[in-house]
Amino acid sequence: MSANLTVERTEGGPDNGSGPPPVRRNKHDRGNPAFKGLSHLALFVWALTVILPILWTFLASFKTNTQIFTDPLGLPSSISWDSWGRAWEKANVGTYLFNSVIVVACGTAGTMLLGAMAAYVLSRFSFRGNRFIYTLFVSGMVFPVFLALVPLFFVVRNLGLLNTHLGLILVYIAYSLPFTVFFLSAFFRTLPVPIAEAAMIDGASHTRTFFQIMVPMAKPGLISITVFNVIGQWNQYLLPIVLLAGDDKKWVLTQGIANISTNAGYQADWPGLFAALTMTIIPALVVYLIFQRQIQAGLTSGALK
Amino acid sequence: MRMPRGGARFVISFLALPIIIYVIFVIAPYLQAFYLALTDWKGITASPKFVGFKNFEVLFSDSVFWKAVLHHGILLLVLPLVTLIIALFFAFLLNMGAGTKGVRGSRFYQAVFFFPQVLAVAVIGVLFQAMYRPDKGGVLNGLLDLVGVEPIGWLTKPNLALWMLIAVLVWQAVGFYVVLFAAGMASIPKEIVEAAQLDGCSKGRMFFQVTLPLLWDTMQVAWVYLGIAAFDGFAIVQVLSVDRGGPDGSTTVLPLEIWRNAFTFSKYGYASAMGVALFVLSLTFAVLTLRVTRRERIEY
Repeated sequence: MSANLTVERTEGGPDNGSGPPPVRRNKHDRGNPAFKGLSHLALFVWALTVILPILWTFLASFKTNTQIFTDPLGLPSSISWDSWGRAWEKANVGTYLFNSVIVVACGTAGTMLLGAMAAYVLSRFSFRGNRFIYTLFVSGMVFPVFLALVPLFFVVRNLGLLNTHLGLILVYIAYSLPFTVFFLSAFFRTLPVPIAEAAMIDGASHTRTFFQIMVPMAKPGLISITVFNVIGQWNQYLLPIVLLAGDDKKWVLTQGIANISTNAGYQADWPGLFAALTMTIIPALVVYLIFQRQIQAGLTSGALK
Repeated sequence: MRMPRGGARFVISFLALPIIIYVIFVIAPYLQAFYLALTDWKGITASPKFVGFKNFEVLFSDSVFWKAVLHHGILLLVLPLVTLIIALFFAFLLNMGAGTKGVRGSRFYQAVFFFPQVLAVAVIGVLFQAMYRPDKGGVLNGLLDLVGVEPIGWLTKPNLALWMLIAVLVWQAVGFYVVLFAAGMASIPKEIVEAAQLDGCSKGRMFFQVTLPLLWDTMQVAWVYLGIAAFDGFAIVQVLSVDRGGPDGSTTVLPLEIWRNAFTFSKYGYASAMGVALFVLSLTFAVLTLRVTRRERIEY
C-alpha cells in the first residue's frame, strides 16, 4: 500500500506546496486514469483483507482436521455438514445463540424503555434536581467499566443475581443508560413543543402523550440508538465472563465461542470450532446486509453528535 | 415545557426505575471501587481492612503494572495514528477529493470495510487464532510458505506479539472511520473544492489544505474514540494472545490484569487499585486531548 501511496503522489503532483503547483483544469484532474486505477487497487486489496479471513473460516468448517493444517490455503475436498452438527449439538452453539437472543432482546428493550422515559422527562420538564440527575447519567460515559468491575461483581452476587440472565440484563441496561439518555435527551429537545401541548389540552395524560405522540415522533433517534445498543450488548464479552462464569448452560455466544476455541485444541475438533465461528458470523452478516444503512448510521451517531 | 397538572407525579414515575437501576449497578460500584482500592480485601469471608495507599505502593513497584502501562502507551500512539491514516486515505480515495461524487463501487467498499465493526472482538480474536498459527498450518504462514519463507511465530515472539494484536484492532476499526470520514468529506461544499481546483490545487494539496482542516472536528472525535480503545484491549488480549497477556507479559494490558487479579487471584483490593490507576490514566488522556486539539472551528 505504501507503494501505491508514493505513486499516487507523483501522479498527483507535489503535495506540500514545494515548487509551483501544476495548473490544471478539474476536468482533466478528475479523469486521471492512473490515479483511478491505483485507487481501485488499494481499495480492492483492503476489501480482500477483510473478506478473506472470514471466507477462510467458512471454508475451513467443511474441511477435516488434517486438511485444515496441512493445506491451509486449499479448498475443502468435499462438503460435509458433520462439523456443523457437532458445533450446534455438542458444543452448544444453539444454546449460546438462544441465550444471547434472550439477553440482548430483554436488555435492549429495557434500555430503550427506561432510557427514553428518563431522557424525555429530563429534556422536556423543568424541576429541581433535573440538571444533577442528567449529569449523573451522562457522567457514566467517562468511567471505564473496569473500575467498577470488582464491586459490580459483589453487588450482583449479593442480590442473588450471579449466574442469572436477569442479572446480566439489568447490568446491560444500567451500563447502556448513559449514552442512551445523553443521545435521546438531545433528540427529544429538537422535537416541537406545540404538538405535545395540543395533546395535553385535548385531555391526554402525560404518559399517553409520551407513548402516543412523542415516541412516534422520536422514531429516527430511537432506531439509531436501538441499533447501537443491540450491537453493543450482542458483542459484550467482559460482563458475561464475569457475571455468568459459573453456569455454562447460561453462557452467551461470545463467551461460548471463546471457550470452544480454548477447547478445540484438546478435543482436536478444529472444523467444529470453525463451524461454530461461522454460525456466529452468519447471523451478524445477514442482519448487517439487511440493515446496513441503519447500522452504519446507528454506530457512527455517537461520533457525529 | 413547564409543569402542568400531575407533572410531579409523572416525572417521578418515569425517573424512579431508571435511577434505581443506574445507582445500584453503576454509581454504587464506581464509588465503592475508590474505597476498595484502599483495602486489602482478598476474599469473600474476610471483611475489607483499610490499608491506606499500600496497594498503590505495591502497584508502582510491580513490573507487570509498568509493562501494561507501557503497552497502553504504545497502543495510544500507534492505534489512532495508523487507523486514522489508513481510514483517511481510503475515505479520500472513495470521495476522490471532496464534494465530488464518490468513485464507482464506493458504497460496496464502505459496506465491506465496515463489516468487522459489527463483529464481537472476542469472535474476531478466535478468527485470527487461525490466521496467526505459528506453524505452516496458519493462514499467514501458509501464504509465506508459498514464497518459501519459514513460518513465523506471530504471537509467540515477545517483540512481535503486541504488534500483531494491534494489527487486528486496526483491521477491525478502519471501516468505521472510513465511513465516518467519507460522510464528513461528502458534506464539504462543492464550491470550496471547485474553487481550489480552479486555482490549480493538486490532489495532495487539496487533501492537506482543504479536506483535512474541514474534517478537524470529526478527526478529534475519532482520536478520542481510538484513545479510549487504547485503554481497553481486554477482549483481544484475553482471547488471542498466548497465555492471556503473554508470552511473558509482553502483550498484557491493565484491564486484563484487573480481571486476573480479581477473578483468578481474588485480590479484590489490589484489582480495584489498578482500576483507579486505569481511570486516572484514561481521564488524563481525555482532558489532554480536548485541551491540545482545541482549535477555531471552521464554519461552512
